[in-house]
Parts: sequence; C-alpha cells; structure tokens
Amino acid sequence: MANVTLRSVRKTYPGGFEAIKGVDVDVGDGQFCVLVGPSGCGKSTLLRMVAGLETITGGEIDIGGRVVNQVEPADRDIAMVFQNYALYPHMSVYNNMAYGLRNRGMAEAEIKTRVEEAARVLELSPMLERKPRQLSGGQRQRVAMGRAIVRQPKVFLFDEPLSNLDAKLRIAMRVEIRKLQRRLNTTSIYVTHDQLEAMTLADILVVMNGGQVEQIGNPLDIYQRPATTFVASFIGAPPMNLMPLRSDELTSQIAGADGAGIVGIRPEDFVISSETVSGGVALGLTVEAIEHVGAETFVYGSRQREEQGVAANPGELPPGEVIVRVPGATGPAIGERIRAVAPRDKLHLFTADGRKRVTG
Amino acid sequence: MVEEEGFQRYLAHIILWIGIAIVAFPVYLAIVASTQDNAVIANGQMSLLPGGHFLETYYQTLFVGTSGSTREPVLNMMLNSLVMALLIAVGKIAISIISAYAIVYFRFPFRMAIFWIIFITLMLPVEVRIYPTYKIVADLHLLDSYAGLSLPLIASATATLLFRQFFMTVPDELLEASRIDGAGPFRFFWDTLLPLSRTNMAALFVILFILGWNQYLWPLLITTRDDMQTIQVGIRKMITTTDALTEWPVVMATALLAMLPPVFVVVVMQKLFVRGLVETEK
Repeated sequence: MANVTLRSVRKTYPGGFEAIKGVDVDVGDGQFCVLVGPSGCGKSTLLRMVAGLETITGGEIDIGGRVVNQVEPADRDIAMVFQNYALYPHMSVYNNMAYGLRNRGMAEAEIKTRVEEAARVLELSPMLERKPRQLSGGQRQRVAMGRAIVRQPKVFLFDEPLSNLDAKLRIAMRVEIRKLQRRLNTTSIYVTHDQLEAMTLADILVVMNGGQVEQIGNPLDIYQRPATTFVASFIGAPPMNLMPLRSDELTSQIAGADGAGIVGIRPEDFVISSETVSGGVALGLTVEAIEHVGAETFVYGSRQREEQGVAANPGELPPGEVIVRVPGATGPAIGERIRAVAPRDKLHLFTADGRKRVTG
Repeated sequence: MVEEEGFQRYLAHIILWIGIAIVAFPVYLAIVASTQDNAVIANGQMSLLPGGHFLETYYQTLFVGTSGSTREPVLNMMLNSLVMALLIAVGKIAISIISAYAIVYFRFPFRMAIFWIIFITLMLPVEVRIYPTYKIVADLHLLDSYAGLSLPLIASATATLLFRQFFMTVPDELLEASRIDGAGPFRFFWDTLLPLSRTNMAALFVILFILGWNQYLWPLLITTRDDMQTIQVGIRKMITTTDALTEWPVVMATALLAMLPPVFVVVVMQKLFVRGLVETEK
C-alpha cells in the first residue's frame, strides 16, 4: 500500500548524456501506471531508478512517503519482474520464490505458506520442484511473477514482462496480470513499448519520448485528446493520419483552424462517402493497398497531390499516405478512386511544430 | 557423414589402427617391462610378452623404492605429487574465481590496469621468472615444503580470464534480481555465481590438476630432501645411476603409476569437463 511520487527526476550519465530530463509522475495507492514510449525514450531507465538499480542524478523518488534516493533496492520494499525473467537457473521454482524471503530471515514455515499460496494462484503447484529450464516461456513468466508476489511488496515493477512471449500467450498473461493486480491491490509501474498493452492495463498512462513525459492521463483521454502529434501517432494502431495545413484545399475546408499547422484524423473516424461535411475534411484518394483483418479493413490511399508530410516520428505514415478504416470485410478495390470524409468534431488540430494541441 | 564404400573405408580404418598402435605400443612395452626381470632387460633380450614379476615389482616400487639411486617408496612420491597437484588446482580456481568476480562486478580505481597486469603475467611462465621466484621462496624458508611446491604456481591469469569471460555471459538481470532479493555481494557470489560456475570449475580442475601433476622443473629446483620428491622428479632420478644397473622394471612401473591419477581424473570428470567447455547454460 503506497503512493509512488517522482518529483522532477533526472538522470545524466557520466558521458553527459541526459537520459531522463525531469519527470513528474504521481501514482496513487493501488493504481496501475504504465510507462510507454519508443525504444530509447528512457522508460526502462526511469523504472530502474524507482527500483534502485540506477542512481538518481536529480529530483526525488518517494515510495510510501519515504524518499528512497539513497536506499538500497532490497530495502525499498519493491519487487521487480524482468523482461528475461532473471530466474536463478540452478534453483528450483520453489527456491526461486523463497530466496528473497530467506535473505530477509523469514521463518521457513511462513515462506512455505507464502510460496504455496502464490504457486496456487499462478497454477504452478505441480512444478515447484522443477528447474527453470524445464519450464515453458509462459511458466517462467509466472515464476517471475510469483517471486514478486511472495514478497508482498509495496510496489510491483514490471520491465516489459511479456515481450518474450508469443502473441496469444501475451494477451492471456496481460489479462492475468491485470486481474492479479486488481486483487492484490498493489501499486504497480509497468514499462512497455506496446501501445495496446499500455491502453489495456493502465489506470494512468505515461507517454514518454526522448527522456521527457509527453502526456499523462487516463488511457482513453489520451487516445481521444492527444496533447502532441507524437502522442497522436504513437497511441493507436494503425496510427493517426497527420497532415500539414498549408494554403491548399485542406485549410479552406476546416472551420476554425486558426493557429493550427497540422491536422490529425484517426483512421476509424473517416467514412467513405460522397456527401459533403461542412467544416470537416473531404479527401480524394487513390487506393494503393488493402489490409483485411476480418472484422475491419484498412485502406491505404494516396492523395492526388503528393503532399510533404509532417516530419516523421517512429511509426508514422509516409507523406501523402492516408489510412482509412472500413468496418467489415468489404472495401474498395486497389486503384479505385474514393472520397473519405471526416466531420469537424473528429479532427485533432495541433500547432505547426506538433508540440501543442490547438482546439477541442 | 557420408558412408565410404569398400576399399576407402578399410583404408581409413587401417590408418586409424596404425595411429592407435603408435600411441599404445610404448605404453604396452612399459607394462611388459615392468613385469620382467631386470637382468633380462639389461641383456637386451626382453620378450614382448608379460613376464612373471608383476606383484614383486609393484610391491617394491610402491613401498620400498629402488635399491640404488633413490630409496624413496613411490607411494610417498605419489602422495607428494597429489598434494601439490591438488593444492595448485584448488588454489588456482579459488584465487582466480575471486579475482575474476572483483574485476567483472566491482568498480574500483585502476580496475582495468589491474586486469591488464593479470593479463600480462600470461607472458611470464614459471620458467621465465624462475630465479626471482626461487629467491623469494628460499627467503621465505619454503624450500622442501608443500607451500613452496604449490604457492608460486597458484596465481593464474588463464583461469582468471576464463572466469571473467564466463561471468560476462551471466545476464546482468540475475545480479539485479539478487539485489532486489536482498542478497549482498557475498551472497550473490555464493548462492548464484558459484553454482553457475560449477561446470567451468570442473573443466578447469581437470586441466589444472594435470598441469600440476606434470610439473618437473620447479619441484626439481626446490626439493632437496628425498621424502619431498614428486613422482616426475623421482622417475628421472631412478634412471640416472652412476655405478649400478638402472632398475628398469621399477622405472617402468613408476612411469605407469604416474599416469594413473591424471587418467582417473579425466575419466571421472569427463562429462562435466566436456559440458564446461561446450555448454553455455544460463
């Protein structure tokens, strides 16, 4: 039971590289906080600083009302699940879970109770005597979770715990982790680069880029009202269509676009239609590629006049390309000319540098 | 592998058999010689079939020794060699695993300088630094002692490098997990690193035991008393006689006995040895 508060936390490496450029995050008691961002954005570094595995150059990290900047990892009352699980290869599953408790001088009977309880919850009971190499990836992942649970810490830290699993198992474990966290009601910080994991797990979502926080908030709020073009293109798959507003047909269509330099439209907000929408956007597109997913179809179209796009961030579209989501399995044919329209209230307007949201 | 037909296959086998014969014949000859009467061997009329003096020769070799050159029983020499080889093997492993741990896992001033100094000692085997080493051992009054036999050979750059390489393949997350689990440097070393190094230690033990057992120059220099003599030195002394006949059956028996412990170690630890050299278990 604890809040985790980061106050203008900084990390500068001896070489002068600034990995974390002042981060403020407040994770409430029992909340599930997800740090998400592209690789190299500093999210793992930040988590490791909370764990005590990296030193803090500036600011304060506060766990449960105690500033832990100078506290050893073992004394911070945290437990961590690593990406590669970091199980002790020579110890049985039981001993892997019991090791941390033994080091704390806990009575063997109490250890046994806790380990067996965790094993029961995680369905590991039949394999307590096995070695990690005799387990499948998913089972190892559970052991790593078990090792964290038995400690009954104030905070769980997860460092991309699902990225070594195959896609199906990842979804199953994602749900497991969420259920477990709800039941134990332990404050958690979870690092991932997978925006879907981030959306589904988070109470608080922290989108990071280049060592800074781009946006903090409820996942749905962030999805619906991204604060910057980076967040807009990073959260959501396929990404939001971002188009520059210059003295062309786009600018004249949009009502109240003063001060805006970029317009963003999510693929699902487009409708293929010949109607006109006043104040909204209508784009004439040539269909270049179609992706059938089953329940929906993604149409990749190019605008008639090749436009110079917004400076591309990772995961962004090439200039002039527009993705339109069509429900169902039927879409236009390749080479066909279509007209995609989006109403005014579905448009996201940003300043020309993409750092600020302009209107509703 | 492609199965060869007829002649080619026989040819390959013949070559292999010739190879085996070249290696095995001297050993066979030694076995035969150790069972013959010395007078017959001295005459140059040694038969290629075993003689009838097996028990007699080996009893004399193990418990009495030669009647001329060294009167030391070979059992005693073997004991000396064994103590020395074990001290060298265990000592080298213990020292080098600790120094490798320090170099890989701790940040201290001049860490890399110390690493390079250790590395450079690879270029200075005992033979090169034998005079200063002898001087130090003599000044410490360690001549004719087990410490004198083993200590100068214990510091090992090779073993340190081997453990360093192995430690660098151990994922950092294991150390971090240990830190979170409340294990300090000592516990991490004892509970995690040592068990993981088991196969490496076994492989090193085999190599180092044989290396120690086969030492010749150093024991020759620093032992003067017969009862501190190692078996390798003993064999040499048995052969050189001034006014008596070399007791060839005893010499051959000693040579064969000298081969046994290394063979035993290799056979017993072979499985671990191969795993240690091949497997990267994580």
